[in-house]
Amino acid sequence: MLEIENLEVSYGSIKALHGVSLKVPQGSIVTLIGANGAGKSTTLRAISGLIKSRSGKVKYDGEDITNLPAHKIVAKGLCHVPEGRMVFANLTVEENLRMGAYLRNDKAGVAEDLEFSFQMFPRLKERIYQAAGTMSGGEQQMLAIARAIMSKPRCLMLDEPSLGIAPMLVRSIFEQIVAINKERGITILLVEQNANLALAISKHGYVLETGNVLLEDTSEALRKNPQVREAYLGG
Amino acid sequence: MKQYQSQLALIIALAVSLGVSLCSSSIDDYYLDIMLNVGINVLLAVSLNLVNGHTGQFSLGHAAFMAVGAYGSSIVTLEMGAAMIHVFGGHGWFAEGLTFLIALSIGGLCAAICGWMVGVPSLRLRGDYLAIVTLGFNEIIRVVLQNTSGDGPFGGALGLKGIEPYTNFFWVFATAAIAIYTISALVNSTYGRGFLAVRDDEIAGESMGVNTVRYKVIAFVTGSFFAGLAGGLYAHLRTTISPEGFNFLKSVDVVVMVILGGMGSTVGVILAAVVLTVLNEFLRDFEQYRMIVFSLLLIVMMIVRPQGLLPATVFQRRKQA
Ligand SMILES: Nc1ncnc2c1ncn2[C@@H]1O[C@H](COP(=O)(O)OP(=O)(O)OP(=O)(O)O)[C@@H](O)[C@H]1O
Ligand SMILES: [Mg+2]
Repeated sequence: MLEIENLEVSYGSIKALHGVSLKVPQGSIVTLIGANGAGKSTTLRAISGLIKSRSGKVKYDGEDITNLPAHKIVAKGLCHVPEGRMVFANLTVEENLRMGAYLRNDKAGVAEDLEFSFQMFPRLKERIYQAAGTMSGGEQQMLAIARAIMSKPRCLMLDEPSLGIAPMLVRSIFEQIVAINKERGITILLVEQNANLALAISKHGYVLETGNVLLEDTSEALRKNPQVREAYLGG
Repeated sequence: MKQYQSQLALIIALAVSLGVSLCSSSIDDYYLDIMLNVGINVLLAVSLNLVNGHTGQFSLGHAAFMAVGAYGSSIVTLEMGAAMIHVFGGHGWFAEGLTFLIALSIGGLCAAICGWMVGVPSLRLRGDYLAIVTLGFNEIIRVVLQNTSGDGPFGGALGLKGIEPYTNFFWVFATAAIAIYTISALVNSTYGRGFLAVRDDEIAGESMGVNTVRYKVIAFVTGSFFAGLAGGLYAHLRTTISPEGFNFLKSVDVVVMVILGGMGSTVGVILAAVVLTVLNEFLRDFEQYRMIVFSLLLIVMMIVRPQGLLPATVFQRRKQA
């Protein structure tokens, strides 16, 4: 569904990606792991059009979407939840969710998905009129994920959904990610520091190192790979 | 009924402006002048609020667009006014009104076009570029006008004089009402949620499918258009204009109104425009201390009420929803 070939990105004169290639098949969960600064967020940003790539190709559903403006890519059903849960701090929870449905015109469908979001994260319903900026980090992360769902994506890219969140809550967020994938059939590209958990819910994984794909394999194989265990799974 | 509330309010406002205008001869000239000043400043503040408040950008050159509108409309009435009135059936409220309407619109459109030319390149970037570019544009307009030939259409450093005094209560308050209506309708619509998204977080907005550059340009061009109208009204009220009247300090005045009123709160900004204009009038005898008083006011506000007089709160928006 999503195919990236030889993607190269530079920030000014510093090259952040040196030709990254990866594939995310329809209906799957694919994990992207790597050390800090490896270029994981950069990869997602380049795919979703938030930054321009220097060369390489991004194909979505067979269509070349390389360097399209971000808002056009969202319209195609590819949604990116950026790192650091960028919620609209001055808007309420509900307004944030409705912003997610910004490009949709089907009122009934939006209402249905709003219900689905609240089922998925009941905490959001309790805080429906709270300004998003005043919510806890975990709540904001839930909101960021739910808001992305509101755009009715066919493919979702999540950048470190577990960042700064208590282990208990991380587990429940991951359960919801699996549910989003299974029940709604949304393809997921997941970037995570919590490699253990991410590899447990995904089929396939890529390991990124300083802007290059170091390894790619089934998640199961990666979890057994001594090199990966050493570097990312804590031995 | 509820969905027509704002349209109804607009019609009432227009009717009231017309009514007051018809009996404006019974109002003391001094107070009438202050009221017209208030109206023009409300127009300026509300239009800048769309850019600096609702959309979260920072324009520092509102007076430049006002200048474009003032010069544009004045040149139309000075150079072609007589011919237009003749075509429209000779002197009388209809021909003069139509001429003024056309002149104002041309001034507004010129300002909007300038807004577009300044906005498109600088709004593609995030951050403070707009402030720098608009600040520069403000100076450029002023200096260019100053250096035009004294007997050309722009009148050089002395500016233009002998402009017809077409501006009256109706024109000022009808235009202000239309601006308030248009801008409120724009930001409170479903479409208008995009402005809030741009203000809150451009990256999140982009990743939700909001074309942030387009929103910023729409806000900026609309704001410039209404600033141009304000300039036209100002010119045809004062009957003389000069480049110095549209300097950087004038832009600062408007920015102060927006900040004092509470960025993004239409009611607050209107209130601030009224208060500051009236205050300005009281301080007329202390002209040289005016800026000091304004600065002190801003500092005090930042300390005791950083959100502005009447901030746009989450709760206000909830009631509207
Ligand atoms: N806006 C930027 N300007 C300059 N350099 C940047 C910018 N953003 C990222 N970089 C650099 O690009 C490289 C890759 O960064 P990226 O954010 O993609 O890493 P990451 O894999 O997501 O790391 P983390 O796990 O810490 O989030 C880093 O060396 C980083 O310093
Ligand atoms: Mg990252």
